Amino acid sequence: MSEIKYLPGKEPHPRETRSVFKNVDREGWDQSIETYIADGGYEMQKKAYKMTPDEIREEVKTAGLRGRGGAGFPAGVKWGFLPPNNEKPVYLICNADESEPGTFKDRYIIHQDPHQLIEGMAISCFSVGAHLAYIYIREEFPEGAQILEKAIEEAHAKGFLGKDILGTGFDLEIYVHRGAGAYICGEETGLIESLEGKRPYPRIKPPYFPAAMGLYLCPTIVNNVETLCHVKHIMQMGGEEWSKTGKPNNTGTRILCVSGDVVNPGYFEVQVGHVTMGELINDMCGGLKDGRKLKAVIPGGSSAKVLRADETFKIGKGDDEKEIDIWDIPMDFDTLAACGSMAGSGGVIVIDDSRSISWVLNNINNFYAHESCGQCTPCREGSLWMKKITDRVVKGQASPDDIDTLDAVARNIDGRTICAFGEASSWPTESFIDKFKDELVADTSEDYEGVAVNAERELAAAGLK
Amino acid sequence: MTLDVPAELEKEIDERITHYPVSKRSAVLPVLHHLQHHFGYISNEAVEWTAAKLELEPIKVLEVVTFYPGFRQTAPGKYHIRVCRTLSCAMAGSYELMESICEKAGIDRSGVTHHDPIAVSADGKYSIEFAECLASCGTGPVCLVDDDFHEKVEDVDALLKQYQ
Ligand SMILES: Cc1cc2nc3c(=O)[nH]c(=O)nc-3n(C[C@H](O)[C@H](O)[C@H](O)COP(=O)(O)O)c2cc1C
Ligand code: SF4
Ligand code: FES
Repeated sequence: MSEIKYLPGKEPHPRETRSVFKNVDREGWDQSIETYIADGGYEMQKKAYKMTPDEIREEVKTAGLRGRGGAGFPAGVKWGFLPPNNEKPVYLICNADESEPGTFKDRYIIHQDPHQLIEGMAISCFSVGAHLAYIYIREEFPEGAQILEKAIEEAHAKGFLGKDILGTGFDLEIYVHRGAGAYICGEETGLIESLEGKRPYPRIKPPYFPAAMGLYLCPTIVNNVETLCHVKHIMQMGGEEWSKTGKPNNTGTRILCVSGDVVNPGYFEVQVGHVTMGELINDMCGGLKDGRKLKAVIPGGSSAKVLRADETFKIGKGDDEKEIDIWDIPMDFDTLAACGSMAGSGGVIVIDDSRSISWVLNNINNFYAHESCGQCTPCREGSLWMKKITDRVVKGQASPDDIDTLDAVARNIDGRTICAFGEASSWPTESFIDKFKDELVADTSEDYEGVAVNAERELAAAGLK
Repeated sequence: MTLDVPAELEKEIDERITHYPVSKRSAVLPVLHHLQHHFGYISNEAVEWTAAKLELEPIKVLEVVTFYPGFRQTAPGKYHIRVCRTLSCAMAGSYELMESICEKAGIDRSGVTHHDPIAVSADGKYSIEFAECLASCGTGPVCLVDDDFHEKVEDVDALLKQYQ
């Protein structure tokens, strides 16, 4: 297989740099190990297994690979958190929960190029010293789970997994573990609890940082599917070369998933920071629908703070400081953080001027109310309360001061919970109120008395106040 | 009442348990998946059976069944449909899709609650529920019918025709 061709109508956009997605929608490609090997597959595992585990980790560190699951934490640094002189077993878990709304990238790797993930995992396991690894895959990918199991079987038969791999004496088993439809299983400690056969209640950090105390209270590395695939490409290019792609501190390529109000939604693998929001929406996704104007963008999965179409953002420091509009935001971790949001999981949701902001926020609040695990009072009660308020707003049954209550509820969640779901659930509401308060208030009516007022009256009537 | 688990299925389950050499309890989800796939839902007997198999108190299994939306405690229809409800699909018309399927399949969702999210058609052929983001937000509205994934669902008649 020399020249790479893609299926008609599914060709990558010229601005893309395909690495992890090289084989997605590729003509003549299938999921079999023969196809993968004919294309140079498993060569990087052979190369890596001739290196020392520390050398591999150093390459990953030098590459500057930041996690693609949401938080953007450097993978090599995370691996370095494994306790020195550790005598317990080490586990590696691939996070294939892909549950952040707006994100649909791991799906294609799993369904179309499973061996790439297995090779990435085999290299990573060798580096961190894990002999047992799990792929935690969401239950809603039943076909994906089967494809992965078949691929693991094939890799076993060829000696890329199992005992004494490639004559190195290194043993590794990878198993597929299916979730059961709960978003919180994407959170790494919730995932670990789930893999232990329990309710996926996230653990408090510290002390339960997985690298120190993870699965079965042993050191555990949890990485996203895309992150683990990149490890293979780092072996191929070398950390130094890899680090020259993308942008300093935002290195490599990443997959952006665009959904919502654009002409051609889709997935695009780009060098991090090399395309702007405007190029992504207008050039790569065919722009907005006829006659529509941009209203807002959620840039990194539904938990990311919303950006308003007409705001300006200050980015850069010192002499490099400048003010830009939404179209000119380069899609990288640091810039999106500087704009007050986050690159998150790469899921970009575009909202045009035909949408009601109250309706959008209410849809998001319904999600978080449904998915809170219920351990922490602010999150459990707050996420439901936020949903109840926006339910009333969309029904035209809210009073203007309900929006203040909504704001107060949201701001009493984040920072007060066990896991980052607290932020994930409250940031949408906080940012929608920050940016679109007028519209939310306009959807309320003076005729409705706020719940807060009613509650006070009830308390008074009951003689409690 | 005990659960009538065919020998072949039990063999598969036993093999699956070996994937968790450190702790059998880790096999709770996979065992339940096998049982739900075979029986359609998780009955009390299935909870007891799983608990006995994995040497756990039944409550440790029940608490898992009641937490995860992927496990059902009531019988679904012959075909079970899950329509994505989340933002990108909702923007692409998933609520309308839900209505249309219900109308054509003869399903009444008025009694649906958080704890009992599944509605079954009068003839028992179809059941339906909303699911949260199915990770295909660019091709909404999407739904799962049993294990089959459907994207950009527009023609409900054609969809239902595949499942008779
Ligand atoms: C509520 C919540 C949901 C998450 N869902 C996912 C997910 O679906 N997939 C994922 O890879 N990471 C998810 N994460 C991030 C993980 O906790 C973890 O940081 C990540 O898997 C680490 O991998 P990475 O360093 O390769 O990004 C989630 C985090 C939170 C707080
Ligand atoms: S923040 Fe929410 S999801 Fe996270 S542990 Fe607390 S209740 Fe559970
Ligand atoms: S919103 Fe429906 S698949 Fe993501």
